[in-house]
Amino acid sequence: MLIINNLKASIEGKSILKGISLEVKPGEIHAIMGPNGSGKSTLAAVLAGREFVEVTEGTVSYLGKNLLEMAAEDRAKEGIFLGFQYPIEIPGVSMVNFMKTAVNEHRKHKGLEPLSASDFLKMMRDKKELVEIDSKLANRSVNEGFSGGEKKKNEIFQMAMLEPKLAILDETDSGLDIDALRIVANGVNKLKRPDNSFIVITHYQRLLDYIIPDVVHVLYDGRIVKTAGKELAIELEEKGYDWIKKEVENNVIA
Amino acid sequence: MNGKSEITEKYLGLYKDNINKISGISSAFINSFRAPAFEKFSELGIPTKKNEAYKYTNLNIFFDHDYENYFMPVPSDFIKAEEFRCDVTDLDAHGIVLLNGFYPTLNEKLRQLPSGVWIGSLNEAAVRFADIFEKHFGKYAKSETDGLIHLNTAMASDGVFVYIPEGVTLSKPVQVVNLVQSDEDMFNQHRNLIIAEKNSVFSIIICDHTLSPQKFLTNAVTEVFVGENAHFDIIRVQNEHNNACKITNTFIHQEKNSVTSSNNITLHGGLIRNSTYHHLGGEGAESYSYGLFLADKWQHIDNFVNMDHAFPNCTSNQLFKGVLDDMSTGAFNGRILVRPDAQGTLAYQKNNNILLTDDAKMDTKPQLEIFADDVKCSHGATIGQLDDDALFYLQSRGIDKREARLMLMFGFAHEVIQNIKIEPLRERMDNLVMQRLKGELSRCASCMVKCG
Ligand SMILES: Nc1ncnc2c1ncn2[C@@H]1O[C@H](COP(=O)(O)OP(=O)(O)OP(=O)(O)O)[C@@H](O)[C@H]1O
Ligand SMILES: [Mg+2]
Repeated sequence: MLIINNLKASIEGKSILKGISLEVKPGEIHAIMGPNGSGKSTLAAVLAGREFVEVTEGTVSYLGKNLLEMAAEDRAKEGIFLGFQYPIEIPGVSMVNFMKTAVNEHRKHKGLEPLSASDFLKMMRDKKELVEIDSKLANRSVNEGFSGGEKKKNEIFQMAMLEPKLAILDETDSGLDIDALRIVANGVNKLKRPDNSFIVITHYQRLLDYIIPDVVHVLYDGRIVKTAGKELAIELEEKGYDWIKKEVENNVIA
Repeated sequence: MNGKSEITEKYLGLYKDNINKISGISSAFINSFRAPAFEKFSELGIPTKKNEAYKYTNLNIFFDHDYENYFMPVPSDFIKAEEFRCDVTDLDAHGIVLLNGFYPTLNEKLRQLPSGVWIGSLNEAAVRFADIFEKHFGKYAKSETDGLIHLNTAMASDGVFVYIPEGVTLSKPVQVVNLVQSDEDMFNQHRNLIIAEKNSVFSIIICDHTLSPQKFLTNAVTEVFVGENAHFDIIRVQNEHNNACKITNTFIHQEKNSVTSSNNITLHGGLIRNSTYHHLGGEGAESYSYGLFLADKWQHIDNFVNMDHAFPNCTSNQLFKGVLDDMSTGAFNGRILVRPDAQGTLAYQKNNNILLTDDAKMDTKPQLEIFADDVKCSHGATIGQLDDDALFYLQSRGIDKREARLMLMFGFAHEVIQNIKIEPLRERMDNLVMQRLKGELSRCASCMVKCG
């Protein structure tokens, strides 16, 4: 589904991603962990099509297409979804209008008619239930005045509306209370199908109790320095990142 | 020349040549204001950029032009005015049309609405309701710096009069349509007086239209009295062609515990200057001042607000926004004056602007003069482009860049529009703003002028 090969990227001339290779197959859940500032969100931004990150080397192929050549909106319509670490507030733009436009753009791309107003509202209702989001949130402006946790739930709600093939969730679990964490995880599990995949960026093993990853990667200083099964997350929770940092430094010396 | 500019001299001459004609059709009471106002005008003159409040607006190009002057309606005007239909069809309002500043009806120059409400011609009201009229006319429109207020007082003779008696709630708004139409370039002035007595509830919509492509200059003054505990909203919608200059001066005087809002929506216009004076003249009064403009080509839109906190425990909030395209220019000057007695004042001000091109230009200037100590006051101004992060957020959901830009601009504008409480008007404004942002012409259907 997604093949990243030796991806290097920089922001304003500063090199951030220093050669990442990663393959995600249909139906897989990959977790990416790693210390602050290691480049996790930057990787997510490159995949979603953020222009200020400059790709300097490497390739990314998504469903056989060259992802790096596609505009952000086209990637979305082809099934890529980014759950933002810091969702953006957009005053004056209502959630309803935002989602209606987005859903109908996706439908147009698939050659479908726009949804009728009543079908759309029904869809909103169903998905709201699925992610147990407060009904009133959907009547407000996009993320405006939402609490941290509400913003994260709203990301999962949007994911449910757009039914992506590849969802990249950037710290969607941060700032969630225990109930919200369970709801978010349930949302993901309900959307999980054999043909769609997830990349879950997180700092906490806790989330991975609910969303069981097939693979866990550690990103450090712009490189994937360790890849293993889900037991790696438990080990990191116990021991922190120091031992990995040491391993990396020793390897460099060796 | 006594150091007066040639332009000012021209208007002094205009007064001298026509004062007899003007006085002939006005009441003695209105006429009694003319000579002192003329004195004041000859002292202050037409504002230039040297006047701090007109620093960013050059009126000369419009005041320097030779116009036909409109001092009296002719019979054919009455027909034109009757033919006009507002295209906000589901707006249920008590309508009044002003043509070139006059109340163009031969009969029934004042209409009685339910509960003793009166609407109609200012000139007529000065005679028929002399008691009420004389209590308020000329009491609120005052300025020590702006000659245009006095030019209006010296020469205007008609306009709209609205009277809402104590305790009355008028459920439908009053809609005043200001039409300007002529075969010649034309200068006109009108004067409105609105009286909302104690405990009344009332809103007025004022629509400014131009119906023919000639060059127009309008200088209007509106005085509003809002009695104790009364609720009053004024919404002004401006949709004029690029060759028209509109200057509006609105003075809102508030008594104790009254609540008012003013909303200036400028969709289109050549040169527009809106001055809104809020006088919080009683304890516990609240005043909201909103404005939105969309400008392109060579248009220039200037909003001036004077928020005068004269009594304790009053609240005010200003929110003005502008979207500037092409080489258009704009200005915002928001003054907050908190007088020494006005303890417990809350006063807020926000001015946000989006420049869509490198050639567009916006000047914004807060002016805070605070003489009390128990005051909460904040102000903020931004001039910038659309937010890249917000744009990407929308795109990342599959919305293409063009559409995403439109959504953001619309959302930006909607923050002002959403304060309009009259639903059909709010929806219509949202619509017109969207069309305008898409580059489609946002004129009302009845406008003959194609500015695009
Ligand atoms: N817009 C930007 N301009 C300049 N530097 C940036 C920008 N965005 C990210 N960086 C830098 O790139 C590096 C990687 O940041 P990134 O946000 O990808 O880290 P992260 O792994 O997601 O961290 P965290 O766990 O704290 O979310 C950091 O050093 C950061 O300061
Ligand atoms: Mg991050």
